[in-house]
Amino acid sequence: MSVDMIDIGRVDDVPLRGARLVQTAMGPLAIFRAEDGALYAVDDRCPHKLGPLSQGIVHGHHVTCPLHNLVIDLRSGEALGPEGGCVKTYPIEARAGRILLDVSALRRRGAA
Amino acid sequence: MDENPALTPETAHMPKREKLVIIGNGMAPGRMLEVLLDLAPEKYDIAIFNAEPRVNYDRILLSPVLSGEKSFEEIIIHGDGWYIDHGITLYKGHKVVEIDRAAKLVRSEHGAVEAYDRLVIATGSLPIIIPVPGATRPGVLTYRDLDDVTAMLLASKSRGDAVVIGGGLLGLEATAGLAEQGMKVTVVHLMPTLMERQLDASAGHLLAKALERRGITVLTGANTKEIMGGTHVTGVRLEDGREIPASLVVMAVGIRPNIALAKQAGIETHRGIIVDEQLRTSDPAIFALGECAEFGGATFGLVAPLYEMAKVLAATLADREAAFAPAATATKLKVTGINLFSAGDFADAPGREEIVLRDAARDVYRRLVLEDDRLVGTVMYGEVSDGVWFFDLIKSGAPVGAMRETLIFGEAYASGAPLDPMAAVAALPDEAEICGCNGVCKGKITAAITSKGLTDLDGVRAHTKASASCGSCTGLVEKLLQLTLGETYLPGKPAGICPCTDLGHGDVRRLIIARELKTIPDVMQALQWKSSGGCAKCRPALNYYLLATWPGEYKDDAQSRFINERVHANIQKDGTYSVVPRMWGGMTSANELRAIADVVDKFAIPAVKVTGGQRIDLLGVRKDDLPAVWRDLNRAGLVSGHAYGKALRTVKTCVGTDWCRFGTQDSTGLGIRLEKFLWGSWTPAKVKLAVSGCPRNCAEATCKDVGVICIDSGYEIHFAGAAGLDIKGTEVLGHAKTEDEALEIIAGLIQLYREQGYYLERIYKWAKRVGTDTIRQLIMEDRERRQALLARFIHAQKFSQTDPWAERAMGAEAHEFSPLADLSRLEAAQ
Ligand code: SRM
Ligand SMILES: Cc1cc2nc3c(=O)[nH]c(=O)nc-3n(C[C@H](O)[C@H](O)[C@H](O)COP(=O)(O)OP(=O)(O)OC[C@H]3O[C@@H](n4cnc5c(N)ncnc54)[C@H](O)[C@@H]3O)c2cc1C
Ligand code: SF4
Ligand code: FES
Repeated sequence: MSVDMIDIGRVDDVPLRGARLVQTAMGPLAIFRAEDGALYAVDDRCPHKLGPLSQGIVHGHHVTCPLHNLVIDLRSGEALGPEGGCVKTYPIEARAGRILLDVSALRRRGAA
Repeated sequence: MDENPALTPETAHMPKREKLVIIGNGMAPGRMLEVLLDLAPEKYDIAIFNAEPRVNYDRILLSPVLSGEKSFEEIIIHGDGWYIDHGITLYKGHKVVEIDRAAKLVRSEHGAVEAYDRLVIATGSLPIIIPVPGATRPGVLTYRDLDDVTAMLLASKSRGDAVVIGGGLLGLEATAGLAEQGMKVTVVHLMPTLMERQLDASAGHLLAKALERRGITVLTGANTKEIMGGTHVTGVRLEDGREIPASLVVMAVGIRPNIALAKQAGIETHRGIIVDEQLRTSDPAIFALGECAEFGGATFGLVAPLYEMAKVLAATLADREAAFAPAATATKLKVTGINLFSAGDFADAPGREEIVLRDAARDVYRRLVLEDDRLVGTVMYGEVSDGVWFFDLIKSGAPVGAMRETLIFGEAYASGAPLDPMAAVAALPDEAEICGCNGVCKGKITAAITSKGLTDLDGVRAHTKASASCGSCTGLVEKLLQLTLGETYLPGKPAGICPCTDLGHGDVRRLIIARELKTIPDVMQALQWKSSGGCAKCRPALNYYLLATWPGEYKDDAQSRFINERVHANIQKDGTYSVVPRMWGGMTSANELRAIADVVDKFAIPAVKVTGGQRIDLLGVRKDDLPAVWRDLNRAGLVSGHAYGKALRTVKTCVGTDWCRFGTQDSTGLGIRLEKFLWGSWTPAKVKLAVSGCPRNCAEATCKDVGVICIDSGYEIHFAGAAGLDIKGTEVLGHAKTEDEALEIIAGLIQLYREQGYYLERIYKWAKRVGTDTIRQLIMEDRERRQALLARFIHAQKFSQTDPWAERAMGAEAHEFSPLADLSRLEAAQ
């Protein structure tokens, strides 16, 4: 499995307890920065009705979808609650104040 | 009663029973008999004489009968059936006029005679009548029994003026009740502050203010000189010459133990009938019980110690060992809407320390008095839910040093490791008394819950009377319900805001102020949030509470706002946004409409709709385009309509005197003025207004959060309507003569709501929770308070009346409106 980390911007450009978008050919990705600084990348599409997760309220390592309040665990992409559902997550890391995203995983998403 | 059980066949062979005679059928002997019948059901033949022509009732609930909240039937403790079931002879309306100790007989004024082996004197107290000229004039009443209440209710029909002499517990309950019945009441109190025996001066002062807000006149330091009138009272003259007109005067200046009968029989008396630890008088066959008894130099005027006496006497009469020892007592004023509690000894004394908590904005006052590391007294006004807990600490005398820092905040915050009140209640023995007023123990409550299948507080009240009197044990009863029913019990008290905390919205608001918490992390830390970063439910609530509490000081936390309020537009189902510019009072112009049309063309906005709120909605705007759309709209003077916010939304108007042939006032102008004054303010939930030019009400003002109906004489101001999930017509708040007055009233109302509302609670729900009458009084009858509210509103507006669209069009929060990176070409290339 190849890894291809590319620099997508400064860590500080993503607000703490907030999110930014990254446009990709396969649709938008939401980049989250949790209260403790942890970064997460997930598809910006809620498993319920495709709500833009990047617009939700971030709390702990979770985000609440802005449309109908589904809560997603950003670490696993799993939705909490009985309805379940799952959103795809991507490898991401911070190095020297920059955000590195594994684009090979994005390509595999395209292929899948 | 001829069915004397001693003579029925089943019992005829048993040894002859002793004869127990009781004089007085009040609350104390009623309780004593209940216990005695449990302990020794067969021991006595019992006869009771009662000067009142009725069964035993709950005297302490006379005030709710006076105010109209309860009927007499609801306060009966033992109905006729109870006496029959227990074979007790009850002489109703028989006053005993003689005790013949030599012959061991008593005789009533109607000539009924009973012989006794043992006699109980329980004649209670007599109200004190101050010996001023005119004190016996018709129209002067006391407050002691049902006949007094009936007479007061009759007198109140006139809706005239009443004077209550005495600002103690009884006097104030009479005052509130008479005011509730429509009388204009003045309380005349000799001491400088009200209820000085139960309250300290600060709490007494808050109480006086609360009564004055209800239209009651409070005169303290006032000495009555004469009761004026001829064949009926016409007023009261004070020492200083003032005269207060009155068609009814109630004297409630205190009570005196009723000892005449005992004295006449040669039994030893002092202030009361002197008794020993077993309640025995100087005659070993005679006992005294209740308010007429004096023990260790003290007499008692509250039911809790009297019930303790009742238990001891029942045991003594059942030939068991027991000894009376008076404990600390607690007082609660039973006036709906006024919360007041005091317990123990709270006088200043050397070696005592005090801890005081005040919240002037919401009239909360708490004082704890400590001595040798122990709580000895407390006075609470406003928020009294912790009273029972403090009272327990006083009674147990447990050291409080470890939790001294937080003691004043009550049980929930008292110790670093929060003690589990549930476990504490679970650990109580079955005999532990839960309801002090009605003497109901834990075992009786849990048994009733299980055997009667009770599921709520009302059920427990109906079946056991626990929590049915003064209500201070309600929290404990709820915990018992919870323990007994487990998961299935849904308590009526406010639940925690969300799973991150057990604290309800009210507690959190109170603590933010009391502990001066100024950031969300501070709140979470100080109030022991159970999650690290809160959740999507509590964070927006906290953000609002902090913003409303510390205007200008608190820095808004965008990440704790729902997306609509973060980006100042409404998110749509496809992730695009809608844009609703303000159209002041529903008015627009060619210039504004042209700007809107241009923006729609320029940004290819797919839908334009006229909203239900008299303005125009541009739907389907791409998020990235929002700042540019706003910039163009701003140029034509169009600003944010806050269609997305828990904030002032629309002010709908009709055309009013400008055009309409029926218009009585300039409804459009007032609507615009209101909107310009109120816009930008954040509120617990959205706020919508409307102003109609006449009662035809074309602006539908009577289903809004706040509505104004213009009439010839001015403005009728309404509030608490709803027309969304619920439909509810408004309530009238009051009348304003001028636009300025209308504005002041409405802004005052909105500020009160901003300070008291729970997050997401619309005005009609808030009004239901705190009471529309209370709100009306605070806003309409207390001009000073209203102006203070207005001043706080104006202060807060200084920090909120900047157009959020303009700020963002100028580049604020730019990260919201542009992607971090665009990888679409990169991916495509590979
Ligand atoms: C646009 C509009 C419908 C229309 O096309 O006319 C509308 C649209 C929405 N309303 Fe409304 N309401 C609109 C007038 C009303 C009215 C009528 C009025 O204001 O005179 C009501 C009944 C009165 C009231 O407020 O109770 C109304 C009662 C609601 C409710 C129920 C509120 C309640 O507590 O009962 C909601 C749900 C909520 O707020 O939780 C709601 C929620 C919504 C939301 C915000 C739903 C949402 O969360 O996305 C809709 C947003 C659409 C958007 O993006 O613009 N809307 N909504 C109206 C905008 C008025 C304006 O100019 O700002
Ligand atoms: C309006 C009001 C509100 C109160 N609120 C509270 C409260 O909130 N909390 C609290 O703890 N206490 C309260 N009290 C006080 C409480 O009601 C009394 O302490 C309690 O009722 C006294 O009980 P008792 O049995 O000693 O006397 P009572 O209940 O007064 O009973 C005495 C009875 O004896 C009868 N009697 C007297 N002489 C004779 C005679 N010679 N022959 C036959 N019968 C006779 C009287 O008619 C009367 O019915 C309140 C009292 C009043 C009036
Ligand atoms: S009634 Fe209001 S909330 Fe419901 S669909 Fe229409 S606009 Fe949306
Ligand atoms: S689309 Fe996310 S909860 Fe419905």
